[in-house]
Amino acid sequence: MPFQLLRFALSSKHPEPRMFRTPERLKGSYDAVIIGAGGHGLAAAYYLARDHGMRNVAVLEKGYIGGGNTGRNTTIIRSNYLTPEGVAFYDQSVRLWQDLATDFDLNLFYSTRGHFTLAHTDSAVRTMRWRAEVNKHLGVDSELVGPEAVKAACPQIDLSCGGNAPILGALYHAPGAIARHDAVAWGYGRGADQRGVEIHQQTEVLGIDIVGGRVQGVKTSKGYISTPRVLSAVAGFTPRITHMVGLRTPIYVHPLQAMVTEPMKPWLDPILVSGSLHIYVSQSARGELVMGASLDPYELHSTRSSLDFVEGLAAHMLDMFPFLSHAKVNRQWAGMADMTPDFAPVMGTTPVEGFYLDAGWGTWGFKATPVCGMTMAHTVATGRDHDLIGAFNLSRFARYELTGEKGAASVGH
Amino acid sequence: MKLLCCPVNGLRPVSEFAYGGEVRAMPDPATCSDDQWADHVFNRSGIPGVKIEWWYHLPSGVWFHAERDVVADRVLRTWMPGEEAAP
Repeated sequence: MPFQLLRFALSSKHPEPRMFRTPERLKGSYDAVIIGAGGHGLAAAYYLARDHGMRNVAVLEKGYIGGGNTGRNTTIIRSNYLTPEGVAFYDQSVRLWQDLATDFDLNLFYSTRGHFTLAHTDSAVRTMRWRAEVNKHLGVDSELVGPEAVKAACPQIDLSCGGNAPILGALYHAPGAIARHDAVAWGYGRGADQRGVEIHQQTEVLGIDIVGGRVQGVKTSKGYISTPRVLSAVAGFTPRITHMVGLRTPIYVHPLQAMVTEPMKPWLDPILVSGSLHIYVSQSARGELVMGASLDPYELHSTRSSLDFVEGLAAHMLDMFPFLSHAKVNRQWAGMADMTPDFAPVMGTTPVEGFYLDAGWGTWGFKATPVCGMTMAHTVATGRDHDLIGAFNLSRFARYELTGEKGAASVGH
Repeated sequence: MKLLCCPVNGLRPVSEFAYGGEVRAMPDPATCSDDQWADHVFNRSGIPGVKIEWWYHLPSGVWFHAERDVVADRVLRTWMPGEEAAP
């Protein structure tokens, strides 16, 4: 037994402090209230306290820290998007990710793997080339590569994919990475907590008070709070919150499922994504293959999982890696994805003064956690959209100015 | 939900069906404002509840209505558009 553990037995008090304090009760008022203690909400709280000196902030969470989509995603980090606005935004996020572990003094298991988006059709090759050129123009490391580069990085792959969908090429994005998602929420939470932010778990928002088009306060399951600013960062629960303030949005909720195999020896170094086969897969530090596919095909506000999903995903995995036929699936789960029509998020100011949205993060939110926190903290502190998120404002739909990122979605939804 | 009752073909596995979204009234494009049209094109009622939806039976090409609880994933009834719903 390591001696470090021995001191836990000998000490009368627990020698390791908890990651967060548990505040006893809500105060009567805060400068800002953040709904949702996932990665995005806690990151916003962290940057509000660190960069904008706003410390009288409460983060309200109806479940537990990082228990929503922060703990349910497949942890892929990349910036090889399609629109210039998207690329600039996600690239800033990748840069923030790379220093985060030092910032937090916490091991995030950030692991740069390289990311292949496989193209099985001529039209997919064309989209990959388009993405590669947009990326290179904006200084992001992406290039179109042939099937031999995929085979070199991953010798186990069947390039013909069972003869059904031969791989014609791939978009290779060297900075593509994975990280330990729970630790991201804990790191931001601890950083915010140390700077005076209060995190209230098991505290549900029941209503938001609007007077004269302006936020006045929040009704919660633990009492009333008056506050001039509310940030909603609640992923699949967004429509419930926007309904409370009377905002109509294009957001619709479908479940997204994922699963992992039993742990195995490290063999898969890169992250592989196939739009045609509806797969994304990487091998975690624990040795499990972490796999996801496309959205469930209809609206559902639930995190149930289904056998259809396992069957479909396993069949496609076997097209790519026939030798996995004996691998066992260990766990499967689902998250509620808040989808938008253009596959870009809905962020920033809204017609309700003091009500800010960080939403519409559908199936692509984890990688954006740091930059969302940074830009939303700026937006909440100044009341104006940060420059990086102008293209993501809710008002774009009424102007028909969509930010079309569907071509860069990890799988064809 | 694993089975869905098509009003024409009866109870079939849900994999035979496609989801067509919530049944919504379209504003008159000739008379409505730009804002009303954008609202119709993009905005959705994303909140959970019991909704009336379009569903499509792929093998037979039948479009029909279903009333479904989108939290419990339970279909309450299905019927052909224009016909009375079965109780």
